[in-house]
Amino acid sequence: MADTANTVFNSRVPDGPMAEKWDRCKQEMKLVNPANKRKKKIIVVGTGLAGASAAASLAELGYQVESFCFQDSPRRAHSIAAQGGINAAKNYPNDGDSVWRLFYDTVKGGDYRSREANVHRLAQVSNNIIDQCTAQGVPFARDYGGLLSNRSFGGAQVSRTFYARGQTGQQLLLGAYSALMRQVGTGRVTLFPRREMLDLVVVDGVARGIIVRNLITGEFEKYSADCVLLCTGGYGNAFYLSTNAKGSNVTAAWRCHKRGAYFANPCYTQIHPTCIPVSGDYQSKLTLMSESLRNDGRVWVPGAQGDQRRGNQIPDTERDYYLERRYPAFGNLVPRDVASRASKERCDAGYGVGSTGQAVFLDFRDAIARDGKHTIEAKYGNLFHMYKKITGEDPYQVPMRIYPAVHYTMGGLWVDYHLQSSIPGLFVLGEANFSDHGANRLGASALMQGLADGYFVAPYTTSNFLGSQNLPEVSTDDEAFTEAMANAQDRNSKILGVQGTRSSDSIHRELGHILWEYCGMSRERQGLESAMGKISDLREEFWSSIKVLGQGEQLNQNLEHAGRLADFLEFGELMVRDALVREESCGGHFREEHQTKDNEALRDDKNFSHVSAWEFTGVGNEPVEHREQLEFIEVPLATRSYK
Amino acid sequence: MSETLDLTLKVWRQPGPDASGRYVEYKLTEISTHMSFLEMLDVLNEQLNEKGEEMIAFDHDCREGICGACSLMINGQAHGPDSGTTTCQLHMRRFKNGDTIVIEPWRARAFPVVRDLVVDRGAFDRIVQEGGFISANTGSAPDANSVPIPAPVQETAMDAAACIGCGACVAACKNASAMLFVSAKVSHLSTLPQGKPERDSRVQGMVAQMDLEGFGNCTNTEECQAACPAEISVSNIARLNREFLRAQLCSKE
Repeated sequence: MADTANTVFNSRVPDGPMAEKWDRCKQEMKLVNPANKRKKKIIVVGTGLAGASAAASLAELGYQVESFCFQDSPRRAHSIAAQGGINAAKNYPNDGDSVWRLFYDTVKGGDYRSREANVHRLAQVSNNIIDQCTAQGVPFARDYGGLLSNRSFGGAQVSRTFYARGQTGQQLLLGAYSALMRQVGTGRVTLFPRREMLDLVVVDGVARGIIVRNLITGEFEKYSADCVLLCTGGYGNAFYLSTNAKGSNVTAAWRCHKRGAYFANPCYTQIHPTCIPVSGDYQSKLTLMSESLRNDGRVWVPGAQGDQRRGNQIPDTERDYYLERRYPAFGNLVPRDVASRASKERCDAGYGVGSTGQAVFLDFRDAIARDGKHTIEAKYGNLFHMYKKITGEDPYQVPMRIYPAVHYTMGGLWVDYHLQSSIPGLFVLGEANFSDHGANRLGASALMQGLADGYFVAPYTTSNFLGSQNLPEVSTDDEAFTEAMANAQDRNSKILGVQGTRSSDSIHRELGHILWEYCGMSRERQGLESAMGKISDLREEFWSSIKVLGQGEQLNQNLEHAGRLADFLEFGELMVRDALVREESCGGHFREEHQTKDNEALRDDKNFSHVSAWEFTGVGNEPVEHREQLEFIEVPLATRSYK
Repeated sequence: MSETLDLTLKVWRQPGPDASGRYVEYKLTEISTHMSFLEMLDVLNEQLNEKGEEMIAFDHDCREGICGACSLMINGQAHGPDSGTTTCQLHMRRFKNGDTIVIEPWRARAFPVVRDLVVDRGAFDRIVQEGGFISANTGSAPDANSVPIPAPVQETAMDAAACIGCGACVAACKNASAMLFVSAKVSHLSTLPQGKPERDSRVQGMVAQMDLEGFGNCTNTEECQAACPAEISVSNIARLNREFLRAQLCSKE
């Protein structure tokens, strides 16, 4: 393996008691006076929750912001598809919640593989997010007294999740988008839609700009700035089938990695337990059914193998409510990794339902009998509607069929407490960084993290960076820009030049199969080792047989897809390598060699209580692993139990 | 349940914004009824690529009906025949074996065609930037429960806020009016107590930009409501008109 020397990282976590760290950090920060802010330019890539909130907040402070997204409008970023809700420690229901408890649940839910100080800060600012969003007009659900309503989510025994029907992500994103558009109106944000970031420009070791391709004209463009914020989401689409949007990709993050940003814990992938199962090999994506459904829905399989009856024809005595059986304390609300593995276990044992046998039931019969159809409709109407449209079945009548699917990636570019990557001046926010969710993310925490980073963390830490640096002026005529631009152009021309026989879709599906088979819900050494070879062979095949028609100087969606796929093919190998060296099971990373007698994940805290942050050394070369040791002082290491 | 369809597609192909476009006919066989409409187009694109023809460009992203990227006039209907459904959520079980399906881009002066089935909906962003927000700088918000909002008011706001900004309302309207889109945002924000302070400037700014972008006027045919995948009600247009009139008469700005 690579050099695994325990490099000491400077994660810049402030000293002092946990509850005072963030305040202390803010007190020690440098400021930029208002007149100087106007002279500083900040690039924000991505307009999801993290990107839109950061761009808006920085512009409100007075910086010149340039905001980029590949979609036709910033409002379409994939945060919009989040359904269930957003956590906060408001304790409005008076059920014993607190900042400390949200912090504790998140560290425990992450299977003790996140950085405590970051998680604590996340819990601290969670309440400000709810206030901010309400002030923007986000129509969170309310009770009849007009006060905010909460629901419960997996991994918690309190109700701390705020929601807007089953469209919480949409409403939060439209809130951030409207704040962003307001700043576009004032002229402090310049919007660049339909631009794809294809390289990071590093001048004298500091991130100073980006290269983008204008997706409409096909032209390459150069932009310089005083710092760059990357808010480009996760890499779940490496699996081809996932709940991500079709356009979600790792390209921007990966190209930053190739310029020197360390990639942390890429093997931590969240497989969400409640998605609509695959129906055929033409399938283009998978659709999530919100975890909030597990509040009222009960998960089960038939007690007998191969039972082909419809769900509503199977009597109670012949059903196995396996989550309630195995985890009586949390029941259907166990965290996602636990629920997903339990479904896989039942299906692998032959108890799965539906034509493929790769599904379990999520049943609302009891909830409808208890609360009435109207109540269930008010809570989940749009989800039931969507399920019916996709499957042609009515979940009010028959149980939903669900199966786990790739949903979120906890790994991402390594960042310190200030959200700065290993390249000075490059900050990474939201799903694109690795910091807050450890090896497993709890439901309703992604929205919280994206907005925490964008509204309440990055505005402080980027100001501190700009206030403490004396950066020289840089022009886009600089050699570094010319080199990066040529590099990005060259890669595109190469793809167009192959003129082979295979479509990007067919190669992408093949990559997805490899990753799902060997680096999905459970992993073992031999499989992972064979996956490494298969991915590298597939990458070679891509470069010798990809077929992309049309020109580079036009809207060419096939070229966009092929470019993203080329990066997934490089990234996939790193994901597998990371899974291979992590000889333990934790959260979403389950190694078959490391499990307890009753098939629960077996962590190895002595040897693996660290972050693996990988340094790029060239395509096909072994990357260098650096380790950040994790310390658990406030939440002592313990075996995670939901029984 | 392995039913399949043989179909004829007539698809609008246009190489660029200034090029002239035309319908091109394609035959597809053995399309599974479980496929989504866009998956059917994926299958066609794979076949075109194999034959050495450029793929059909169309906008899509989340494929779960919420991002608003997908569009398409399908047999003359925005997002196709199902009510309350985006193109990405439309499934082939809705069609019959032997059907001919005509696929066009949104057609409106304010949404110029970029290529094939892709149009430029930037006009919607420019309308929002003229007032589709509540001015609340980060950090200045009071406690979220300090202003109680009655559940029915919140529900009304939420109904309007559900707009996905896809532009089907414009495409379905014979006048290419954007009134449903604008009214949804005005209703959402002006209904809530937090949105009251800016209600006059909001409606005036957004309507002025809407006119400037070249959208037509509303003549109450309600096609927009019928086509809207988010089921936004035309009663929002009535509210928009009231808000606009009120602002014109009472505004001190």
